Amino acid sequence: MSQVATTPRIAVVYDRLRPEERMLFEAFERVGVSFEQVYAPHQAVDFSRFEASPYDVVMERCLSQTRGLALSRLYTAAGAQVINRPEVIETCGDKLATNAALAAAGVPAPRTGVAFTTEAVLELCERFGYPVVLKPVVGSWGRMVSKLSDRDAVEAVLEHKEVLGGPQHKVFYVQEFVRKPGRDIRAFVVGDEVIAAIYRSSDHWITNTARGGSASNCPLTDELVEVASAAARAVGGGVLAVDVIESERGLLVVEVNHTMEFRNSVSTTGVDIPARVVRYAAERVVPA
Amino acid sequence: MKTIDTPYGRMDVEPESLTLGELVVTDEGAELEVVGLEPLRFEPAPEEDEDWGE
Repeated sequence: MSQVATTPRIAVVYDRLRPEERMLFEAFERVGVSFEQVYAPHQAVDFSRFEASPYDVVMERCLSQTRGLALSRLYTAAGAQVINRPEVIETCGDKLATNAALAAAGVPAPRTGVAFTTEAVLELCERFGYPVVLKPVVGSWGRMVSKLSDRDAVEAVLEHKEVLGGPQHKVFYVQEFVRKPGRDIRAFVVGDEVIAAIYRSSDHWITNTARGGSASNCPLTDELVEVASAAARAVGGGVLAVDVIESERGLLVVEVNHTMEFRNSVSTTGVDIPARVVRYAAERVVPA
Repeated sequence: MKTIDTPYGRMDVEPESLTLGELVVTDEGAELEVVGLEPLRFEPAPEEDEDWGE
């Protein structure tokens, strides 16, 4: 983490330049907050010469979760306020940890279980009733998520995972299949405030916009604000996207994302999400 | 605009407008990531990794 003589107090650490990072950079210019772009792959740390962070606030925006967590830890150790904190990234980056945090805080979520043997998973599936959804504990964009309609299908997928998968695929994460109305909800939380939400609609049961789901504005109801705020608090808070599904039992939190993607959501909601994030970061700069 | 030859193909870019981490595409369709600005360097862009995403 090299130090420059006249360094802005805020840095955005990123690797792949996605539309979101461009939008954030433009928002910094628009809002009039000086910042520095820090390209994560060029970062190197010598712990024998470990220095205080040149930045008060570091916004972690890496596409690679592993690299983002590492840098969040390093900048936190160096004294910066990192958005988001490493504990939050650890929790959000692992579905098991997210569900544990949500359950501990009493946040409504689909029935979810974790098991380590085929027999134990099958017992959970029987308890939840078919179909069930099997997900990797670590993963995003809806990858390797399977909807399994019966015991045979579960056994087949588990056998593949046991033979082909690495250690993480030996932790089986299973969830009840919630019949949703062809859409789910993504709520954007910045600090203590739910600033906007979108519906993500798709003919496919996976409604993630990264998988082709389309976005439209979702009104912020009291229930949505309450559930999204509670989920954000449960994982430690910060700048987060809370994914929610509508069910007969009310709104249920499916996951919380720590490096939120919002490229389809600014024009959809009319809310300047990147500017809100920039102002949140600027408020955290230590007064001179 | 400047024409740049890389081991992966040729492309027309404005070097001063490039940003680290940006993706560019060669005339042959190869997707490259900007990994250095001075001097300008490109590497084939990984398509997707297991830990990518939100």
